[in-house]
Amino acid sequence: MAPLTRKAAIVGGNRIPFARSNSAYAQASNQDMLTATLDGLVARFGLQGERVGEVVAGAVLKHSRDFNLTREAVLGSRLSAATPAYDVQQACGTGLEAVVLVANKIALGQLKSGIAGGVDTTSDAPLAIHDEMRRVLIALGSARTLRQRLEALAGVRPGMFVPETPRNAEPRTGLSMGDHQAITTKQWGISREEQDELAVRSHQNLAAAYDRGFFDDLVTPYLGLTRDENLRPDTSVEKLAKLAPVFGKDDPDATMTAANSTPLSDGASAVLLASDEWAASRGLPVLAHFVDAQTAAVDYTHGGEGLLMAPAYAVPVLLARNGLTLQDVDYYEIHEAFASTVLATLKAWEDPAFCKERLGLDAPLGAIDRSKLNVNGSSLAAGHPFAATGGRIVASLAKQLHEAGPGTRGLISICAAGGQGVVAILES
Amino acid sequence: MGDWYRDFANSGLGSTLVRQLGLPRPAVLRRYEPGAPLLPGPAVVGTAGEGRLHGVLTRVLQDAGVPVLPAVDGDGERLAAVLLDATGGTSPADLAAAHAFLAPALRRLGPSGRVLVLGDPPSAAGSPTQAAARQALEGLVRSVAKELRDGATANLLLVPAGAEAAVPGPVRFFLSGRSAYVDGQVVPLTAADVPAGEHEQRPLAGEVAVVTGAARGIGAAIARALSRDGAHVVAVDVPAAGDKLAEVANEIGGTAFQLDITAPDAGQRLVAHLRERHGGVDVVVHNAGITRDKLLVNMDAARWSSVMAVNLQAQLDTTQALLDADGLLGSGARVICVSSQSGIAGNRGQTNYAASKAGVIGMVRAWAPAFAERGATINAVAPGFIVTEMTASMPLGTREIGSRVNSLQQGGLPVDVAETIAWLSQPSAAGVNGQVVRVCGQSFLGA
Repeated sequence: MAPLTRKAAIVGGNRIPFARSNSAYAQASNQDMLTATLDGLVARFGLQGERVGEVVAGAVLKHSRDFNLTREAVLGSRLSAATPAYDVQQACGTGLEAVVLVANKIALGQLKSGIAGGVDTTSDAPLAIHDEMRRVLIALGSARTLRQRLEALAGVRPGMFVPETPRNAEPRTGLSMGDHQAITTKQWGISREEQDELAVRSHQNLAAAYDRGFFDDLVTPYLGLTRDENLRPDTSVEKLAKLAPVFGKDDPDATMTAANSTPLSDGASAVLLASDEWAASRGLPVLAHFVDAQTAAVDYTHGGEGLLMAPAYAVPVLLARNGLTLQDVDYYEIHEAFASTVLATLKAWEDPAFCKERLGLDAPLGAIDRSKLNVNGSSLAAGHPFAATGGRIVASLAKQLHEAGPGTRGLISICAAGGQGVVAILES
Repeated sequence: MGDWYRDFANSGLGSTLVRQLGLPRPAVLRRYEPGAPLLPGPAVVGTAGEGRLHGVLTRVLQDAGVPVLPAVDGDGERLAAVLLDATGGTSPADLAAAHAFLAPALRRLGPSGRVLVLGDPPSAAGSPTQAAARQALEGLVRSVAKELRDGATANLLLVPAGAEAAVPGPVRFFLSGRSAYVDGQVVPLTAADVPAGEHEQRPLAGEVAVVTGAARGIGAAIARALSRDGAHVVAVDVPAAGDKLAEVANEIGGTAFQLDITAPDAGQRLVAHLRERHGGVDVVVHNAGITRDKLLVNMDAARWSSVMAVNLQAQLDTTQALLDADGLLGSGARVICVSSQSGIAGNRGQTNYAASKAGVIGMVRAWAPAFAERGATINAVAPGFIVTEMTASMPLGTREIGSRVNSLQQGGLPVDVAETIAWLSQPSAAGVNGQVVRVCGQSFLGA
């Protein structure tokens, strides 16, 4: 019997550079990108023909044919065809949730190794036929007589030929994610300048990380891209100040622009996790260990909470369970869905009323040292292929913690559609 | 990228036509296949002198199952190889025996045949007369190489007294298809401990090999050859070539390591990677190289310095880093540096490239004694006209002339360079140190 629990090791990761929507990866499918990403990981760690315990990944925007996306990607990759796989989906939390699932099975001794990942394309997106057309076609398929067939076809109307495109909007409110965040931005009084500064820092940090070779063993080029397409190393607060707002435009003081919001993007990421023994037996490094994770959800439809504020609730629970304060963290990775999401979350943790009334805490979590936040850039600069963001962050943070030395601690916070959040702690 | 002219010259009509017009007739070269016999037919072994190595040569052939004939005369079965032990000659008059042995034997040499002569190093001669006799062999062999046709080659091994144990490995290389495009070369051997029991088909089994510039072309071919011979290959290339690099690594079951070898910390990162992942390294192939051609008068500083940084300084720095890393370079380590024909002959528009590649030769020679002390070797390989993606983009005329001005009348393939490097990586190549082996089909340039 294996020990009851052990901490899963993060061995390393791989991702392809993230592309802007309808650009370098316009012709690539989710399966193409995930397969290429797995193959890059295989090459980095010499896993050719290896039967990894499990591969867990997912996509947010998915074709119906991709019901077994991850397993199909495994079969197309250089991993052993006898490697089991399954799909998960938790909106933008997909990638991190996949890591949690693999890490937990390793912790329980059910797996010795596993790969967690995610992929998304907003270019090769699924188009669905009009819902009423779908009903007509189903009726046609079940018709037995000519008369029944004609009756079914008689139901066709010109408008039914318009396909349904996936929308970046909440089904229950009809509001786009950006318009939801605009409400939160205003509530917390996040200024345009603060948002633009955060965006510029994200670009600068990501560019600096590339320049010092930080991503040399984290990224493999794909279809001509060698760096994230959205990265603008020479951007500045002055340049960003010229952009017009794109979300919450009903408000004359709208602050959210295309630069302080993440662009639609395409890409994939994967993380190799294992037991320490598995890694050691192959001469593979242990960058960090996966310590713990927590999810939370908020009722943004009637509960008066912002759509992307769930991580603000999940983090204190996670910290408390591990006997930590917010300041016991050496590196913070707060996913930049929007610059104002990061800023509102940080403000909430500093706010005594929010921490008391919403989180039930006696004292606020307090401020963090901003120089420890998203030190190698985040989604504003890199882009955010929804399900690929978790893997990007886990692998980069694990490497950062490894470079900083043993005992360094990192916190990951990722907000997701549907008012959800996934957060986790890593430690080197 | 195929050689259309060679294929034409070997076709029914083409063969007649090129013969009548007196055009060059490049042969389809015999190349190495794992499991294939060392030679496709019998060999003859002769002596012109005391015959100190006759026994070694016969044993190498017999171990490989090659029928060995005494001296031949008149017509008969085609020979796959002609070996001449010319050690121990004391005066030019002794060379008459070489002529007497070679003339009838060469008449019977078959396609892609091999002529291998073994002599004493002139530098160790006891008298001017003896030195003259020894040096004369070089002129003999280089001229024989030019007279041979049909893909046959001639090469000379210089074997000092006491280096007999170092002979079998190089002899097998020069007889095999691995040396298809190595012609007219003189390779001096030195006495060295040669480990016994090298596996014939997987001589690098259990070894770790680093190949830089492995994403494409010659580097990818080197990675494939070393992997085929049993090594785990750490394939290195710049991060921007990472996708091609991953394909190569996955094809051969190696690992991809994205690294800009000109980065200030490249040596440390390579050392750390090898230590962590493999505990050490046995073979290092410095293959990464770039060209930035311009006439010297038009060359800007960036073209000059980028070529020097990649082709020369990075080889110096990473080699030094590996030497400095305690216990990392295994005993019996092999470092092989890719130089170039341009580094020997010079090339118009390539002052930067030729300087860097000549520098590699200087580096290898200077480091050889230190490597010998460790039981290791460092050598250079200088490719001639090798058919790659780069040469495929050359204008037709330049490419055709470039590929024909050598004794084999054709361009080499990346695999030819790779096979020579794979040979120098072998434990049984211990006696080759500080040398430059040209893979050029006996190019007329810089000869």
